Amino acid sequence: MEPTQSVAKRSPRRWLVLLGILLSALTLSGIAASPAMADTVSTEDSTEEFEYFFTGNVTFDDEPLEGVRITVEGADDFEAETETDAEGRWRIGVPEKGEYELTLDEDTLPEGVVVAEGQATITSEFGLTKLKAVNFFLGEGQRTTTDFGAQVLIRFINGLNFGLLLALAAIGLSLIFGTTGLSNFAHAEMVTFGALMMLTFGVDLAFPIWLAIIIAIVLSAALGWTLDAVIWKPLRRRGVGLIQLMIVSIGLSLAIRYIYQFIYGGSTRQLPGATLASDIHLGPVSMSWVDLASMITSVVVLAAVAYFLLRTRIGKATRAVSDNASLAAASGIDVDRVIRIVWVMGAALAGLSGILWAYFRPGVSWDMGFQILLLIFAAVTLGGLGTAFGALVGSIIVGLFIEMSTLWLPSDMKYVGALVVLILVLLFRPQGILGRRERIG
Amino acid sequence: MIDWIQIFSNAAQELISPTTAAYALAALGLAIHFGYTGLLNFGQAGFMALGAYGYAISILSFGFPVWGAVLIGIAASVVFALILGIPTLRLRADYLAIVTIAAAEILRLTFTTNTFADITGSASGLQGYKGGFADLNPIPSGTYGFGPFTYNAYDWWIRIVGWGLVVLLALVTWLIMRSPWGRVIKGIREDEDAVRALGKNVYSYKMQSLILGGVYGTLGGMIFILPRSVVPANYQTSLTFFVYAILLLGGAATILGPVIGSVIFWVLLSFFSGFVARAVEAGWLPFMSQVQAGQLRFILVGIAIMLIVIFRPQGIFGNKKELAFVK
Repeated sequence: MEPTQSVAKRSPRRWLVLLGILLSALTLSGIAASPAMADTVSTEDSTEEFEYFFTGNVTFDDEPLEGVRITVEGADDFEAETETDAEGRWRIGVPEKGEYELTLDEDTLPEGVVVAEGQATITSEFGLTKLKAVNFFLGEGQRTTTDFGAQVLIRFINGLNFGLLLALAAIGLSLIFGTTGLSNFAHAEMVTFGALMMLTFGVDLAFPIWLAIIIAIVLSAALGWTLDAVIWKPLRRRGVGLIQLMIVSIGLSLAIRYIYQFIYGGSTRQLPGATLASDIHLGPVSMSWVDLASMITSVVVLAAVAYFLLRTRIGKATRAVSDNASLAAASGIDVDRVIRIVWVMGAALAGLSGILWAYFRPGVSWDMGFQILLLIFAAVTLGGLGTAFGALVGSIIVGLFIEMSTLWLPSDMKYVGALVVLILVLLFRPQGILGRRERIG
Repeated sequence: MIDWIQIFSNAAQELISPTTAAYALAALGLAIHFGYTGLLNFGQAGFMALGAYGYAISILSFGFPVWGAVLIGIAASVVFALILGIPTLRLRADYLAIVTIAAAEILRLTFTTNTFADITGSASGLQGYKGGFADLNPIPSGTYGFGPFTYNAYDWWIRIVGWGLVVLLALVTWLIMRSPWGRVIKGIREDEDAVRALGKNVYSYKMQSLILGGVYGTLGGMIFILPRSVVPANYQTSLTFFVYAILLLGGAATILGPVIGSVIFWVLLSFFSGFVARAVEAGWLPFMSQVQAGQLRFILVGIAIMLIVIFRPQGIFGNKKELAFVK
């Protein structure tokens, strides 16, 4: 399926043979050789069905450039990429006649060659034909973004942003685990819920953004209350075992996730302001005000949660229940009430995290929470199961690690690194970074 | 009007389909892990993926014969089980759950990435590995069978091998669970410390159980790809959850449970999806589209898992005294 990519690193002669085979195969089948790589597994990537093509030639000083990566992005989260062949030619199939954004990856250009200022990304539309030529203008020069230090800084900021939004979800998960012992696999669906409510109220009903966010968070909190009242509290009363509860949460997660898909469909939609230009420049880092607002919100909310846990009566009661539920009950704390508060708070935080995650990805889809569920678990385990501040530390480490690892790893492998680290940490420090030894027994 | 005959015959085909056999094998492996030993393995999809890719890559990239490819797949899953088990089998159960689920995802992402597209075929997967298996087919070509069960020689060959393996491994499982080894394994599920006090090396027994069940899953993964191609998207976490649903339906600590559970699961699922799809076509469910009808089954599986675990945790064939949920 992806000949142009797989052969990029081979010797020229084998290349030509392959190219010949490829070309004859192409003429025979009439199928385009453009690899369509959808970033989510649920999207069908059926290049053969595409009848519209972008095409072009990448040359510099009349020399064709080989192995330059071109990506195309369009509506419905469509993404595809290809690389130029030995003659500098490229071609990408797209599903429908619409507007697409084509990007030339400057990192794949040879040393000393850059795309003309502001031309690395071109928005293009089809005319009357099914084929549209797009040309990138190259020139001599030094790119500022190739500077390794700047790359590190950009990745660091991105990773921090991602880690902070993970932390919002992870703290809820960790508190629920601490107070009830439940590894809640349905937490991912609480994350998705926030984003979906934001989509419903902010886009479909066209409420102002701030109002839509507040409604989404309030409804998320209500979801947490309902889940605890309808499912978890009765099950606790029945004395159902922890592993049983965990499997119930898996079933719940599966059911809710497909209910989302049933109602909202399988497509990815954007929240208002998700595609704003990155016009805030801090040194080499440029971000949109949504990114900035997202980070500030996370920090403020996390600080508020910390204050709640450390200074308020209920917060102290929560930590007491988390430490030892029977002892807390014996000293007059209403354990069920604390658990209810934890559920409401955890769900609200997860909902907020979902909204921020929708801006970070960007896009809202039915399985967006499930995509980061393992990262949330990794963060919680890294920090130490059941400790709120451990979850925060763990999340930031996971977020930073994922983004920084793209400096060396291909970007479709970035989650692998985080999960490998999870396993390694369990090998050497199973209680997590801030966890205590007796919890692991 | 609804074509009931078509719906029933499609459902009946699931009775002996290779997919049902593959899930039965994976569930049998999970029964060893979860039902008998009490290990929360959430990475069965990873073991199945190793079987599928181990088999396909050995044949496509290295030109191995069928038996060699099967051995490579099994070896890969043994190594995988060791890697999973060493850090986690000493820890509490939910750690194993998180690590296995993460490890299965690592495998899936590694098989999906473009970096190794030469070997794994990345997102589009692999095909064209069936030749060696088809050559072993002793059945002369032609079409055999009756009614809904009419297949060509290759399809019968897959079914015979798949179900033969299910019967064989069910027998093996029954025998080893009656053996002293099986008693130690069940003892670990009931009370690890008591078994340790008797001088048994609990860690080593758990590891053996993890490897054995993983190999079952790997063999299931190989049967799974014989009627289709290898696609990485098949090995998502939901696959593990489906196998759990089958296991819990039949009964976690039973031999027949996973097998019958798989049959019931697939027949019901096929019947239900067939019925809903046709009902939507006939306009009986005006609020639902064809696509939504397809999603309804996942919702149902999810709800079924919850209800079984809450109201009949021992499954259809299980014994309430032999419950894996002791802790």
